[in-house]
Amino acid sequence: MIAELGLAALWLSAALAVLQMVSGALGLRDGPDGQNGPDGKARAQSYAIYARPAAVVQAFLAVLAFGLLLYAFAVTDLSIKLVETNSHSAKPFIYKLTGTWGNHEGSMLLWVAVLALSGGLLAGLERRLPEKTMSATLAVQGFVALGFYAFLILSSNPFERLPVAPLEGSGLNPLLQDIGLAIHPPTLYVGYVGLSIAFSLCMGALITRQVTPEFAKVLRPWVLGAWVFLTFGITAGSYWAYYELGWGGWWFWDPVENASLMPWLAATALLHSVSVLAARDALRTWTIMLGVLAFSMSMLGTFLVRSGVLTSVHAFAVDPERGSFILALLGLYIGGSLAIFAVRASSIAEGTRFTATSREGALVFNNVMLSAILAIVLLGTLYPLLTEAFDVRVSVGPPYFNPAGAIFAIPMFAVMAVGPLLRWKNDNPGRIQFELKALLAIVIAVIALVAILGDYSVLSLLGLGMAIALAVAAFLPLRGRVLRRVPLATWGMVMAHFGVAVSLFGMASESAFTTERLAAMAPGDATDTGGWTIQLEEVSPVAGPNWTAMEARIMASRGDEEPTLLTPQARNFWSPPQPTSESALITRWNGQLYAVIGDRAGVDARGRERWQIRVWWKPFVTFIWYGGVLIAMGGILSIAGRVRVDLKRRNAKKIAGQRRADLDALDEDKLPEPAE
Amino acid sequence: MRLVIALLALIAAPLAAQNAMPAAPYAYTQLDDPALEAQATELMETLRCLKCQSQSINDSDAPMAGDMRHQVRARLLAGESPEQIRSWLITRYGDYVSYQPEMSATTWPLFAIPLVLVALVGLALLGRLRRRADAGDAGDMGDAA
Repeated sequence: MIAELGLAALWLSAALAVLQMVSGALGLRDGPDGQNGPDGKARAQSYAIYARPAAVVQAFLAVLAFGLLLYAFAVTDLSIKLVETNSHSAKPFIYKLTGTWGNHEGSMLLWVAVLALSGGLLAGLERRLPEKTMSATLAVQGFVALGFYAFLILSSNPFERLPVAPLEGSGLNPLLQDIGLAIHPPTLYVGYVGLSIAFSLCMGALITRQVTPEFAKVLRPWVLGAWVFLTFGITAGSYWAYYELGWGGWWFWDPVENASLMPWLAATALLHSVSVLAARDALRTWTIMLGVLAFSMSMLGTFLVRSGVLTSVHAFAVDPERGSFILALLGLYIGGSLAIFAVRASSIAEGTRFTATSREGALVFNNVMLSAILAIVLLGTLYPLLTEAFDVRVSVGPPYFNPAGAIFAIPMFAVMAVGPLLRWKNDNPGRIQFELKALLAIVIAVIALVAILGDYSVLSLLGLGMAIALAVAAFLPLRGRVLRRVPLATWGMVMAHFGVAVSLFGMASESAFTTERLAAMAPGDATDTGGWTIQLEEVSPVAGPNWTAMEARIMASRGDEEPTLLTPQARNFWSPPQPTSESALITRWNGQLYAVIGDRAGVDARGRERWQIRVWWKPFVTFIWYGGVLIAMGGILSIAGRVRVDLKRRNAKKIAGQRRADLDALDEDKLPEPAE
Repeated sequence: MRLVIALLALIAAPLAAQNAMPAAPYAYTQLDDPALEAQATELMETLRCLKCQSQSINDSDAPMAGDMRHQVRARLLAGESPEQIRSWLITRYGDYVSYQPEMSATTWPLFAIPLVLVALVGLALLGRLRRRADAGDAGDMGDAA
């Protein structure tokens, strides 16, 4: 019953998406000059009222469908094909639940459920936009949702039944049996799909020619929200890969990682551009363009990961039919939106002008830099796929992305440091020359200091210097202000920019100062790395609910401190059979010690069995993720600040309205005017 | 069924034999000279493990990655330069093995497009500035920037 109910809910949602699309589109029919006459207008508007309820009910149904699949996984209903292929009754309960989205169909259902939920929220909550813009937005949102419902129902039905239920399921990829799977995909999907709202809003504003600061104020919380989730998702994903894959790397420019980074880059640019539009009524077409680009990158990311065009750990599904389906959707939505953009962009009046040396100028420069980095990542990700189609296999990895990205990232960081100090519209750079000189001095001093200490790569040196300068620069906008009066949104900016500095510092430090020790050790042997003494005490077999493992007991100590126990494991899962390496970590404020155990390494001279032990000391590596969290928190502060200001303004309006009414009443009583 | 098992055994036997072979000496042993080992790590991080999915040989536990690490370390010790070793591996396994794309007939767009981007951005910014100078103080980094 559960599966059939879920499928029915999905079909109903799809039907409601059609209703939402059609009624939203009908709401557009009367032109501003009312060509259809008053009757036509009234009829069209009577159709348009269905768009909002359709979106809200759709949200309930899609979330219900996802909830039903969650339930099927929770009780391991093996008569459902998806549960059989991806779950197992002996799996820990939490991984049964998270396994719901650890596969193609389930994760697409989550995608669609989030899409419907955010559409429902938009339809239910947003009242500030002109009704016609809202109709157009809901129509576009319905159209987007419809495509993904079709994809889900026609080519990836998560509720498909098996003719005969087997006795046991085949289990979940052990790499995915981790708390990371509970956090990483859902947050990332909320971010991806949140950008669909930004996309629909941009299309709605473009179609009805309402690209105004008011529109930007409506758009901003959605962009900020999606961006916060993307930031969290990427940060969590990076940390997950770091400790789960057991090779101590936190970013490898893997196509799947890039797929999540590209929407983030576009969303970051969009976020800043929206702020300019809201505050200064400039960058109108550029904001719309970025709105289209951001969601296009989300869909491209979904295509790359979900179509199986990349064969990597993340690509659980390999099925060309699905790939071409998503590709067709991609072409339809991106092509369609670009066509509307091409037709309408020229009809949007140019926004307010400004000079290069103004805050807008700095924001535009960094938007261009972000877009260029996005172009590099896109190129490096798609190029190998392109050549593979012609049977030429090339690999594009860190040696390409790091320098090519840095060409644009370094000027971007420099402008990011000073941009917030500039005034809107037009500023004289001489006004902030003290700050400029001080920041430059910091960069040079740090680089010189570190370069004396050792032989490090140019990029790490630049990274360290710029990180310290950025950390200082992040707080400069607060200088000379009464801290209590600084708006929350400004605190958000300060925190996010400081987070970028912290993250950059972690990245540069990890790449410059990491030390590694690889040793064949027998129990009792000791070795050292990065100031730590590492002693192997014993290696013994252990067993978990669905795996067995060899576990090393390692005592690690630094200086005089008490030794800390590390227990890295080499696990063998039996359903499906797969070996994994469970790393063990010691976290200190200034870095992490990372240990893994490898294979047997033969016997030593005294006939004792030896094991491959690999240990890294990674100074300040944790700053990478602390920085990510700070960036996301900055986004949250900014949302909170905007909402507070909105509420205050609404209250003030209400009070002003009341006062006016009171005055009117007084007027009617013909009281004399109060004397000055 | 029996046939299937027999076939599986046929496939599995050499695989098991391969995994049972002791790893090559330098697969899991660092070089004594820290500078040389640093060079080895830097090189190994940019070589693809051909048996894995998106992993460098420095990060992989696959037997083949171990053999390649042994080759890298042994050749460095014998006095070859990292780039000599890279090109030796490329002639042996093809361009695919190196994460550092070489400029060639098939990869030139990877290098040309960023340069074009830099040029475009530079030209656009320059154009804006010049137009601003023409227009006097009224700025012109307008809407389409």
